[in-house]
Amino acid sequence: MSAKSQSLLWIAQRASAALLGLCVLVHLATMIYAVRGGLSAAEILGRTSGNVAWFAFYTVFVLAIAVHVPIGLRAVLIEWTGWRSRGRDVALICFAIFLIYGGMSAVKAVFR
Amino acid sequence: MSSLQVRVWRGGAAGAFQSFEVPRHASQTVLDVVTHIQRALDPTLAYRFACRVGMCGSCAMTVNGKPRWTCRTHVDNVYENDKLEIGPLRNLPVIRDLVTDMREFFDKWARAKGQFQGKLTRKDDFQKIEPESRDRKQVDLAIECIGCAVCYSACDVVAQNPDYLGPAALNRAWTLVKDERDEKTIERLRAVAGDAGCHSCHTHMSCTEHCPKQLSPTAGIAGLKRAVSLAMLKGAL
Repeated sequence: MSAKSQSLLWIAQRASAALLGLCVLVHLATMIYAVRGGLSAAEILGRTSGNVAWFAFYTVFVLAIAVHVPIGLRAVLIEWTGWRSRGRDVALICFAIFLIYGGMSAVKAVFR
Repeated sequence: MSSLQVRVWRGGAAGAFQSFEVPRHASQTVLDVVTHIQRALDPTLAYRFACRVGMCGSCAMTVNGKPRWTCRTHVDNVYENDKLEIGPLRNLPVIRDLVTDMREFFDKWARAKGQFQGKLTRKDDFQKIEPESRDRKQVDLAIECIGCAVCYSACDVVAQNPDYLGPAALNRAWTLVKDERDEKTIERLRAVAGDAGCHSCHTHMSCTEHCPKQLSPTAGIAGLKRAVSLAMLKGAL
């Protein structure tokens, strides 16, 4: 992988980390509000269903995870297993797709 | 006269520690202990030293698990629980006893483009560098490295990823990136980017913690990450 591509991965990981920091804060604040406010599952779904703002927020959250996690995992695989072949990057792209699929399934489920 | 119980690494990578009893002296350094063993107890002990005053960096060894200059390490400061264990530097192949093969360490300096490449010829006048300029001040903070490999031995990333250039080579590259007279900046940034370079640093700061010159290779590596990112965003990488 070229120096340019590896630098791009590094920037993507740092940028997604910054985004994740913000997303986690909003997510936690929302959870605390929902739990302390005594909202039922039905009431929560009532607020998220059809709400484009929540859909957009959690879509960004999922995409940030799908960018951040595989890049970090790539470094872990290099250092812990020495896996450096092209197969590693293919496996990580598949893992990123799996994260998007799983995450977006959950987001869609509360948007419907 | 009291004595010290010392365990010293013998053999190559598959060697073992050997115990010695060494007379205790006031202001005794770990290098004094090793020298006593070699001169009085076992002349076959292999170790490396030169200046004995912390200028050359050749006497670096692992003392009670930490990389140190043995000439500047007083026994009083490291003799804990009646234990003094002296081994070769970590992360480098052991040639014999306390002597490591430094070739890979210095080859990595070359791989990080650690050679100065000036723009001027001998016919030109000296290039004026303002001592108070921001870049020169950053060079000053990192330039005193003497290549002892203590930071390299302390680095966990080198231990996990043998291709990693290491703190000393990256620190050297950083001093050249910030040197206005040098003209290989982009080529150097390409060399230090990526899995074997600055982007692999975990910022554990072991190099900074152990550097006998109190330099901070971690800060230089962070600077390289910024410089590489800026060069990439400008399309220069």
